Amino acid sequence: MTSLAQAVVDSVSLGEGITFWVLAPVALAGALGMVLARNAVHSALMLVTTMFCLAVFYIVQQAPFLGFVQIIVYTGAIMMLFLFVLMLVGRDSSDSVVEVLRGQRLAGLALGLGLAVLLVGAVGSALISVEPIGLAAGGAGAGGNVTGLGALIFTKYLLAFELTSALLITAAMGAMVLAYAQSKGYAKRGQRATVEARLRGEHDRISPLPGPGVFATGNSVAVPAILPDGSIAPESISAIIDATPVQVVDEIAPGARALTDARALTGGRADDDRGARHDAEETS
Amino acid sequence: MTPTYYLLLSALLFSIGAVGVLVRRNAIVVFMCIELMLNSVNLTLVTFARINGSLDGQVIAFFVMVVAAAEVVVGLAIIMSIFRTRRTASVDDANLLKY
Repeated sequence: MTSLAQAVVDSVSLGEGITFWVLAPVALAGALGMVLARNAVHSALMLVTTMFCLAVFYIVQQAPFLGFVQIIVYTGAIMMLFLFVLMLVGRDSSDSVVEVLRGQRLAGLALGLGLAVLLVGAVGSALISVEPIGLAAGGAGAGGNVTGLGALIFTKYLLAFELTSALLITAAMGAMVLAYAQSKGYAKRGQRATVEARLRGEHDRISPLPGPGVFATGNSVAVPAILPDGSIAPESISAIIDATPVQVVDEIAPGARALTDARALTGGRADDDRGARHDAEETS
Repeated sequence: MTPTYYLLLSALLFSIGAVGVLVRRNAIVVFMCIELMLNSVNLTLVTFARINGSLDGQVIAFFVMVVAAAEVVVGLAIIMSIFRTRRTASVDDANLLKY
């Protein structure tokens, strides 16, 4: 051990120390924010922050290849995949506050704290005086980081590398099988056949659902389309929008409702959309 | 300072990820916490590679990244298919195999 200690040439430079003490709190804050954020999208972005910090740590610690792979694969591919799935699943899938097991959150927190104390204590007491050899001094990074990694992967770890390819193919196949939306078994009907079926009355209505109204004052999907008589087309509003809990606009910004109210454009009275719809139905 | 501080940081990150897995109910967030734990272990591997002066740790971290990518693809596909049938992404609601 003493011979190793004498061979040490790799010490943490001042710049690396500054990098660590700046980025380590950022990484910790990102991780904490990921766990604490209510919104899953915010959690994903916090995790991206932490992963960027870790990539910088890799690069600083003589692993530039892994640092860039971290940025490309983790923050570039995996986290974007997470965001895609979040957008598909929907933002409404946030956490429920209900605890199925009573006290589970507190117990989890206590166990996590215990784990942190144990790990930090064990690592700190056992390894705080370890002298790093360094990749250059150890002769491992002689021909450059990528060259050394490539030589190792294709000689010593060749079998694991080949198994990795099998794993990736299996994962791709599994993802396709799991995520594939299964068709119902009949041939998809073409456009002409659909039109004929509509005219025969096989559908609820002869025309497709009207799109949302797009006016100069707003292009949100919450803006309803207007029928020729100026009333609101009920089918143009998605049912999800009605089901979403909303804050009343008037409490936040008085007068803002006039901007999004379709009646304001036709000069009619500003009324509740449903009330206007019922009025239109009654008069017709 | 010595590179041991990196190990302490990764221990803290691992604990935070473990707490997230235990506490959060959204399956996607639970998945992200697992990713955080994998990342912290990767930092440990890179740091040990530096301490020991050998590239093996970096190679293992590389393999961890590959396996994590495959795991994320399959896991997210499972979450998607559960969501498609049960209309929920909460880990509490996936209890069909319970009884």
